[in-house]
Amino acid sequence: MKTTDIARYALGSLNGARSRTALMLLAMSIGVASVLVLTSLGEAARRYVSGEFASLGTNLVIVLPGRTETAGGEPSMLIGDTPRALTLGDARALLRSSVIRRVAPLNIGSAPVSYGGLERDIPIWGSTAELLEIRHWRMGLGRFLPKAEWDRASPVCVLGQKVRKELFGNQPVLGEWVRIGDRRFRVIGILESAGESLGVAVEDMVIVPVASIQRLFNTSSLFRILVEARSREAIPRVIEHITRTIRERHQGEEDITVITQDAVLATFDDILQALTLTVAGIAAISLGVAGILIMNVMLVAVAQRTTEIGLLKALGAPGQQIVNLFLAEAALLSLLGAGLGVVIGLAGNGLIGYFYPDLPMGTPLWAFAAAIGVALGTGLLFSLLPARRAARLDPVQALARR
Amino acid sequence: MITLENIQRIFPVGDQKVHALRDINLHISAGEYLSIMGPSGSGKSTLLNLLGLLDRPDAGHYRLDGQDITPLSDKQQARLRRERIGFVFQFFHLVPRLTAAQNIELPMMLAGQPVDERQRRVQQALKDMGITDRADHRPDQLSGGQRQRVAIARATVMQPGLLLADEPTGNLDRASGKDVVDILETLQQRGITLIIVTHDPTLGERAQRCLHMVDGAIVNDTASP
Ligand SMILES: Nc1ncnc2c1ncn2[C@@H]1O[C@H](COP(=O)(O)OP(=O)(O)OP(=O)(O)O)[C@@H](O)[C@H]1O
Ligand SMILES: [Mg+2]
Repeated sequence: MKTTDIARYALGSLNGARSRTALMLLAMSIGVASVLVLTSLGEAARRYVSGEFASLGTNLVIVLPGRTETAGGEPSMLIGDTPRALTLGDARALLRSSVIRRVAPLNIGSAPVSYGGLERDIPIWGSTAELLEIRHWRMGLGRFLPKAEWDRASPVCVLGQKVRKELFGNQPVLGEWVRIGDRRFRVIGILESAGESLGVAVEDMVIVPVASIQRLFNTSSLFRILVEARSREAIPRVIEHITRTIRERHQGEEDITVITQDAVLATFDDILQALTLTVAGIAAISLGVAGILIMNVMLVAVAQRTTEIGLLKALGAPGQQIVNLFLAEAALLSLLGAGLGVVIGLAGNGLIGYFYPDLPMGTPLWAFAAAIGVALGTGLLFSLLPARRAARLDPVQALARR
Repeated sequence: MITLENIQRIFPVGDQKVHALRDINLHISAGEYLSIMGPSGSGKSTLLNLLGLLDRPDAGHYRLDGQDITPLSDKQQARLRRERIGFVFQFFHLVPRLTAAQNIELPMMLAGQPVDERQRRVQQALKDMGITDRADHRPDQLSGGQRQRVAIARATVMQPGLLLADEPTGNLDRASGKDVVDILETLQQRGITLIIVTHDPTLGERAQRCLHMVDGAIVNDTASP
């Protein structure tokens, strides 16, 4: 029997039982659509997190004092008095390498900030001009910290949008003086609002020169040193350079922890990949359910078409040909269902994207392939039993009664 | 053409065994016109199904054109059915969703014949049966006589040597029954071997050779006194 004839015959019998066909198409397409939508959601989560990390700064290497990194979280008090403190000198020493592009020392504390009778406790970041580029922030107004000597404690500060709104309302802010702790600082710039960047509320902070914050909190140690490598490939050499330099400066003790963006990102990536696969697996269950429904409906179809099957056998169709005819029906159904499912799934993704524009929705290519493959697989697998049953039918019995 | 030797067919029904065919010996030559008659349950259909390779005997040998078919595989038997045997049923058994032409085309489609050859033969068969104007009608738009003519066209379109008809007029009125018998007899005169199972004595006696069956055995054969 020719392939085109098999296809035409299968299509004919699908068309001959419209409601049955529609039911199976529906089941199949819902299965395929849910695989697509759920994997897309998982993938979106992964992309979202990667995006967040990218916005945190590329090729970023973070140096912390102490051997191992313990709990993270927003520091409320100045941290840095661990075994041996990192100092501005350490940070400056790191600069002497061709693989390092930028270095920004960082101290964080919390202090009351006041202007014209209004006062609030706000996280204070002490750093240098390099911080802006390393963290990929942008200025909304004015300038960032001056590219001056790191040791110069200039009385200038940069505010987040929220701080500005709370202290100044709609009044002009550049050039005004605010009080932070017991010192006065002149406002020279406002950060552009960047929302929440992985737990850092960019809107709700005040940035001052690192030397100023060290004076404010009366310390000489650093909370962190942020290092930007020249390229992704250079990161291992950067790490080596950092550990060697600090060891030399710390009398042979390697009392720092170096975290790379990549390592953290890779972990997240693995977790989210696993999540996507899990979710896809759950969706595949609905495809399995569709498969069982198809099997059921196919069995009914075989029972209803007993006479036709008996006739085909009497006309000389071997069992294998009858199996092929039924499998062709299943394959056609699966492909049509998968096609319909892809359309529904994409529409669903579009809808989610419309209501949650922040989610970078997008279906990975493998999800399409998997959904269609699994649809075809389940369709064929679950039709095998009905098809075999049809092929084994006794033609005499099948033709005996109408 | 056909030789049956000691054919037995036994159906187990519960604990009992129904001997549908007991020790059947029969020789049928090519081109013969044979009718099988007998009371209900005497094994006429069982014999016909066996001759048509739709059923296998429990014992004995069946030779078709000199070839012993009992040891053949299902696939080989299907091939013989396709190429050498045509069936006409009491209930027509047309595929309801296919047109008359498509029903006639079915065996050639199963055989994988080229499309233009199929079209040509379908047209010829429609013309032979006098139903060319019904080519695109579905079975439910046809009369009983027309349906049976489509069924006969389908049974003969592969030009088989053997045509088996199980009560072909059983569901037809007298006039269309006669038409159908005329067509079958014309086919026989052109050389096909025709075997008809019937309850109708006038039809049965038209055949050159009559078999009378009772309780699974041939009790009378006009060819061997
Ligand atoms: N599949 C089966 N299972 C059990 N018994 C069967 C089966 N097929 C036929 N028989 C029995 O075999 C015997 C012969 O049946 P068969 O159909 O050949 O009779 P028949 O002569 O064609 O009768 P009718 O004129 O009513 O068509 C009957 O007793 C019937 O009950
Ligand atoms: Mg009968």
